Amino acid sequence: MVKLTINDQVAEVPEGATVLEAARKIGVRIPTLCYYEAIKPYGGCRLCLVEVTAGNRTFRTASCTYPVSEGIQVVTDSELVLKRRRMVIDLLWSKCPDVPVLAEIARELGLKEPSFIKGKDDCILCGLCTRMCAELQGPAAIGIVGRGAKRQVMTPFGEFSQACRTCGACQFVCPTGHIKDVGQISGKTPKPKFSEFNACLDTRGNIYRLYPQAMPSTPAIDRSSCIQALTGECRACEKSCPAEAIDYTQQDVRETLEVGAVVLASGFQTYDPTKYAAYHYSKFPGVVTSLEFERILSASGPFAGHLVRPSDHMEPKKIAWLQCVGSRDLNHCDNSYCSAVCCMYAIKQAVIAKEHCKDYTLDTAIFFMDMRTHGKDFEKYYWRAEQEHGVRFIRSRVHSIDPVPGSDGVSLRFLGEDGAVHTEDFDMVILSVGLESSPDALNLAKTLGVEVNQDTRFARSSPFTPVSTDKPGVYVCGVFQGPKDIPQSVMEASAAAAAAGELLAAARGTELKKPSLPPERDVSGEEPRIGVFACNCGINIGGVIKIPELVEYTKTLPNVVFADENLFTCSADTQGKILEVIEEHRLNRVMVASCSPRTHAPMFMETIQQAGLNPYLFEMANIRDQDSWVHMHEPEKALEKAKDLVRGAVARLRNLEPLHKMEFPVFKSALVIGGGVAGMEAARSLGDMGFQVNLVEATDKLGGNAWNLVVSSRGYNYRGYLEDLLQAVQNHPHIQLMFNSQVTETSGFVGNFRSTVKTPQGDQDLEHGVTIMATGGKAHQPEEYLYGQDDRVMLAFELDQAIAARDAKVTGAKQAVFIQCVGSREPARPYCSRLCCTHSVESAIELKRLNPDLDVFILYRDMRTYGDKELLYKEARELGVVFIRFDLEGKPQVAKAADGSLQVTVTDPILGMPVVLKPDLLTLASAVLPNPTEELGELFKVSRNAEGFFNEAHAKLRPVDFPSDGIFLAGLAHYPKPIDETIAQAKAAAGRAATFLAQDTVKVGGVVAEVQQDKCAVCLTCVRTCPFNVPVIDYQVDAAYIDPAKCQGCGVCVSECPAKAIQLKHYTDLQIIAQELALAAG
Amino acid sequence: MRLQYPPEIKIILMPCTGRVDILHLLKAFEGGADVVFVAGCLEGECHYLAGNIQARKRVAKVKKDFAQMGLEPERVEMFNLSSSEGPRFVAIAQEMTERAFKLGPSPTKQQERKAWLAAQPKAQAG
Repeated sequence: MVKLTINDQVAEVPEGATVLEAARKIGVRIPTLCYYEAIKPYGGCRLCLVEVTAGNRTFRTASCTYPVSEGIQVVTDSELVLKRRRMVIDLLWSKCPDVPVLAEIARELGLKEPSFIKGKDDCILCGLCTRMCAELQGPAAIGIVGRGAKRQVMTPFGEFSQACRTCGACQFVCPTGHIKDVGQISGKTPKPKFSEFNACLDTRGNIYRLYPQAMPSTPAIDRSSCIQALTGECRACEKSCPAEAIDYTQQDVRETLEVGAVVLASGFQTYDPTKYAAYHYSKFPGVVTSLEFERILSASGPFAGHLVRPSDHMEPKKIAWLQCVGSRDLNHCDNSYCSAVCCMYAIKQAVIAKEHCKDYTLDTAIFFMDMRTHGKDFEKYYWRAEQEHGVRFIRSRVHSIDPVPGSDGVSLRFLGEDGAVHTEDFDMVILSVGLESSPDALNLAKTLGVEVNQDTRFARSSPFTPVSTDKPGVYVCGVFQGPKDIPQSVMEASAAAAAAGELLAAARGTELKKPSLPPERDVSGEEPRIGVFACNCGINIGGVIKIPELVEYTKTLPNVVFADENLFTCSADTQGKILEVIEEHRLNRVMVASCSPRTHAPMFMETIQQAGLNPYLFEMANIRDQDSWVHMHEPEKALEKAKDLVRGAVARLRNLEPLHKMEFPVFKSALVIGGGVAGMEAARSLGDMGFQVNLVEATDKLGGNAWNLVVSSRGYNYRGYLEDLLQAVQNHPHIQLMFNSQVTETSGFVGNFRSTVKTPQGDQDLEHGVTIMATGGKAHQPEEYLYGQDDRVMLAFELDQAIAARDAKVTGAKQAVFIQCVGSREPARPYCSRLCCTHSVESAIELKRLNPDLDVFILYRDMRTYGDKELLYKEARELGVVFIRFDLEGKPQVAKAADGSLQVTVTDPILGMPVVLKPDLLTLASAVLPNPTEELGELFKVSRNAEGFFNEAHAKLRPVDFPSDGIFLAGLAHYPKPIDETIAQAKAAAGRAATFLAQDTVKVGGVVAEVQQDKCAVCLTCVRTCPFNVPVIDYQVDAAYIDPAKCQGCGVCVSECPAKAIQLKHYTDLQIIAQELALAAG
Repeated sequence: MRLQYPPEIKIILMPCTGRVDILHLLKAFEGGADVVFVAGCLEGECHYLAGNIQARKRVAKVKKDFAQMGLEPERVEMFNLSSSEGPRFVAIAQEMTERAFKLGPSPTKQQERKAWLAAQPKAQAG
């Protein structure tokens, strides 16, 4: 190593380094133009001039080429150096007056205008492009030719270069923007790399992160166009990376894993609408896919969330969505199924697009066939989109679209519901493309021996084992199982994990490694001794903030006994150094001034734990993300801010206290409430995983609504399945059944619940680690359409029983009518019951099969046979079932005629006139209601929505969890759903429950709120404020009590408590205010 | 994205904006801050369900109190944004910094405030 001084700072660099490299290492900025880390220095621009004193000789030289030697003194900012630099930049700026980078450097050096005659050039002849091409890329396609004023960069003889690969490296490295079009060098059109994540609407580098929040967030090199990978040349990134993280020798490796189960979650691709000739996706720039539009709307997308048409960046005033592009379609593709998600995403996009346009009112129109908003709370969203946001919904399949001459807009021609042809112009048309299996996914399935459905090309599974494929041990979830939205995918993911967990129960935990930690040092009573580690993060921080100065400042702060800098504080050897320093200086608190605690705090906390310190005696100051990165051009202010941030963090750290978590053993058993299919499936799954289950059923019989399922046009043997399930549950060694029972009391927290169940044999106390709510639902009993007044009017279940029994009512009937949405999608019950469309279609098919001469009519509002259920709808139409649509305002009229016959009158929208039907069978598809759960909800402190369904923790991401840990939900208590989805959700609940039950202990405490009993006035403010209903009043001590096991640590109660009787540990007022005061003191 | 924003902005990490106490807002002014803003999750997207709603209420309360005390209520503000909205954070940071310079040093710093008022071209008393 060689030691030298730069501006009186000592720098230590390896032999052979240049003065410029040494200066950059210690954060001294020297301007450069012809310098690039990966290219051999050239000393061409002379801007990096510095004053060097070696021995008794002082001279000025280019720092980029001058090698360091022991003891030399370098001055980078003497008046003479600055004067010479000013002259250099003045000449260059005068030659190229319009180049921003030159103007910036010139102004920094105090120039206002170029002093010489202004030229019109933008090339400063720094030679970076030619050296890049020759040295790193190889072809040497360009060179510098001519002399004096005629010197210029060009190809040999000014002709297109055969050697040029159009790679663009010269354009990339050019500091002035002289090289604008690489195509001018090679004569070929450069092909940019498109960002796959942004639906190819913008470009990306060859070294890139897939998207800003990608996990892992390590950048990757695209080998398909990496010169190093292709020719072995370049290696520029290797030289630029100070962490030496680039390894070109890495190769794809084939690994063999021994596993007991495989989960296939290969997802989907969107339908490619280029095949849909009539919609001109590839021809009209105003036509984009919904995926592209999603990226256009995104804040991290190609236009930073600014709503524009990609082709000309015009702000659209009118946008149309065309539904079912690549779904429900056998003409343009083989996707006869419904993709199940497009209606909802189109509505969402329309609403969000409107919200994006603050300066004008965006007109949005969705062209659809059936509006399928069958998910939880989706119907309400649909209504709000129409009524509050003014999204137009037009029931029409647009036949073709034409260009609007003179613009990128398009014109739609469509048949309105009034029967007339309309033409309307739009600025943009969004194709709501469907979901389909990718060829890769199909290949993988084939390799694994997994069968796919020929009709849909999704994995084949039985409704009773929805996440199992035909191949034992291979499970499937997500869209490759069938088209579905996020909540359903998340549910199936947990379900597949549970199914694998059942299979592998015996092997659970056998490959876990437990970390060992030294005993914790007791630091109570010690004066704080703080060690500070400031990070350069390569040049990420050190390149902007003078870290040595920051370190010196840090040493002056109270209680700081050690401060030093590191190149990378997160590296493995620095962790070793931190351990040594803690030992050597008897540190009892550690601070790291570096990057984001979000990514790095856990690692440092683990490190100090290895030195015997409590992990909470640690703090970070984010001087990278919140400082050097975002104040790049203001190094002085950035240094001051870094000092402020460090001062604030030290002030907080001085006040931090060790926190300890309490450990409790986990009761390895579950309480399942409800003995329907959901409850039984969850119990069976947990039992098969080896956990004890108490299944509480309110009636004297298991099975619930599943007993009513007796008819299936798809050949599903519901009764056989139910009997098998009953058998399994009743004889399961791990399942205890309690009939005619209710849970009357419960207390405790995840892993440690205690509940009382009232049984006919007396109260029974249970200890359980988790609770699953599967309280089920029931059919709505309508008071309309003569239900209960005429025995020809029946509910769907009653019809099924009549069909199964071959009742004379069915066999003798001449006409059957179904009325959909009886009690659903109405103001009193603003939700879709999800399963009734499919159920009625199946029953209709069965009726037609029994008696092809029977006339069957289904009166519906929107046919919601989502996913592969669309195939049933198609089959019913092929069998001659007649579908007549009606609106909420024009519901069918049911009356008893004078001759005693039933008379159903409905206005057919196609004929535009009333149709009178005279059915012998009138079936009402009545709404699904949740069973009453007020008491249970209050007992477990879990909330329910306005319709009485339980509220999950997060509609999309946590569909089977309650906000309180350790309580889960499944089945109709969550939302109406068919049996396959119920089974998937029940398994998902079991899977989620098992993640807790599989642990031996549960850790409680940490960052939680704690009540100081003597200050509490029992005002109930905390009880009312807590979003998780955790605080309770302990009347034995007359104070509020917050269970550390249940507290989520948000601190809402703490800040609301009028007596300041509650403190949030690790975020006490003392700690926060100390940090604030220190931070603001700057 | 490394979008640049004014270095006058200094950030304090809280577990949730629900933990932001009126006391903390006031102490920040006492410590010398000229404007204070609370940046919480979008409403309806609070990880702790409703912390940001509570924070909004508290900020509103401080604004009201400031008005009664004769301080500018614009010195304290609540914003809701998501982690992917970098450009919006920058816009907010710029706006609040501009506000700080426009309003001048907060009256908790008497000397500085006097000097600032004296330096204003058209100083208005009170």
